[in-house]
Amino acid sequence: MSGDVCIVGIGIHRFGRTDGLSGVDQGVFALREAMADAGVEWPQIQFAYGSSDAAGNPDTMVDRLGLTGVQFINVRNGCAAGGSALFSAQMAIKSGEFDLGVAVGFDKHPRGAFNALPAEYNLPDWYGEVGQMVTTQFFAAKIMRYMSLFGISQKTLGLVSEKAFRNAVHAPHAWRRQPVSLEEILEAPLVSDPYTKYMFCSPAEGGVALILASEKKARELGKPLIRLKAATMRTRPPASFEVFAPSVDVVADDTAPRGTASRIASADAYRLAGIGPGDIDVAQLQDTEVGAELMHMAENGFCADGEQEQWLAEGRTDINGALPVNTDGGCLACGEPIGASGLRQVYENVVQLRGNGGGRQVPNAPKTAYSHVYGAPGVSAVTILER
Amino acid sequence: MRAIAEGLFTDEAQPRLIGGKDRETGRIVFPFPGTPAFEPVPLSSDGTLWSYTVQRFRPKTPPYLGPEAFLPWVVAYVELPGEVIVEARLNDVAFEDVKVGMAVRFAPSQLNPEDPESPYIPAYSPAGEAA
Repeated sequence: MSGDVCIVGIGIHRFGRTDGLSGVDQGVFALREAMADAGVEWPQIQFAYGSSDAAGNPDTMVDRLGLTGVQFINVRNGCAAGGSALFSAQMAIKSGEFDLGVAVGFDKHPRGAFNALPAEYNLPDWYGEVGQMVTTQFFAAKIMRYMSLFGISQKTLGLVSEKAFRNAVHAPHAWRRQPVSLEEILEAPLVSDPYTKYMFCSPAEGGVALILASEKKARELGKPLIRLKAATMRTRPPASFEVFAPSVDVVADDTAPRGTASRIASADAYRLAGIGPGDIDVAQLQDTEVGAELMHMAENGFCADGEQEQWLAEGRTDINGALPVNTDGGCLACGEPIGASGLRQVYENVVQLRGNGGGRQVPNAPKTAYSHVYGAPGVSAVTILER
Repeated sequence: MRAIAEGLFTDEAQPRLIGGKDRETGRIVFPFPGTPAFEPVPLSSDGTLWSYTVQRFRPKTPPYLGPEAFLPWVVAYVELPGEVIVEARLNDVAFEDVKVGMAVRFAPSQLNPEDPESPYIPAYSPAGEAA
């Protein structure tokens, strides 16, 4: 087949807490907005991939949208669910089978930490009974080791949070839109050392929908061509250090970071797109906590390990920096509805490439945009967009 | 000493963790998966702290079965040289004294120290200067 897969419509239901609306409600809201944006109606949609972790089965949305008999596949892939839905959706068009479809994601989580259970991850019950089935422990331990290997300071961790809340002020879909000072971030109570409460994102609610079309169909619709140059999804390599892992492999030389699903998915994406990290104008990187954003900068090829200290000090990931990262405040400010989160990143990238970012718009008309999600138990999805 | 799950510790005066050794590749994992591809192996008692954090809030129940009264604890990843890195608690140390690379020794502790019937869970303590 010829031509790229294009994103021709985007919709979002604001993230945060929305009492009175279910997860499905928020997904339907986003999907209607995305269809209106693309100028298409539900009966034209040929297929859908939907992601939700805790808010029910996405295919039940057909009750609201219309019983057209459409193929609708539910996707559940940890925090990479949204990215996985998008990966699957683009394959349906790349195969030549379809030329108009949907990736939609939503979620609605109870307050507090995620309710993961050992049996869902092929783990023995005792792992949860002793208090180790807690995602925050892994993320904190991962940055703790990284800090000791590469000399990252707690101040740099704080700068990531400060940037997230500053950017989110200008993102109408973000949950937390008040700036927080570096001092307040660093002096807040510790949740899991070295992270204070402002350094973690919270489980949240929200919905996002993207309409995908073949290049031919996109031209018919008369939409600006936002091309999906790559969408990849990969699982973990040997000896990686993952969430919910009672043990980790020993390696002969342990002075370098270990391989990750993110590194593989990232390398795949650059290869498919035929460009490198230096060609990316704006990036949305999984930032369930501040250390994740820092480590993912290196895992996705944007800097060497340890360079983050200088990057943050110089503001290189600010909206006006050399590589703006998490321009809508990321998970830190938007919160994380698992099923919607990876798609929010792509929504934000489309906004940026269309030049519609308002107060958070990256200057100089960005042409390329990158997104990355990581989820349990070691899955990552990456996309590269180009206009 | 009753472990929180069967097959977690060896039945010795100084119990050790039981890992699983892949019969083909020699790769060691913890806990012992209990499948034919792995054989059970006692793991070394001594190791070094590979990484850590502090659990500062009470995990949700389910699945956590610890006491209602909550005291923060150190979550440790302990490297057992040449074997495997295991996740467990680290006891008997002030949080500010925990350092990556410190020597530690296996010393299972009770999930609820206030309850004599409480089961034992995987834990380490600093091995100290004399270790």
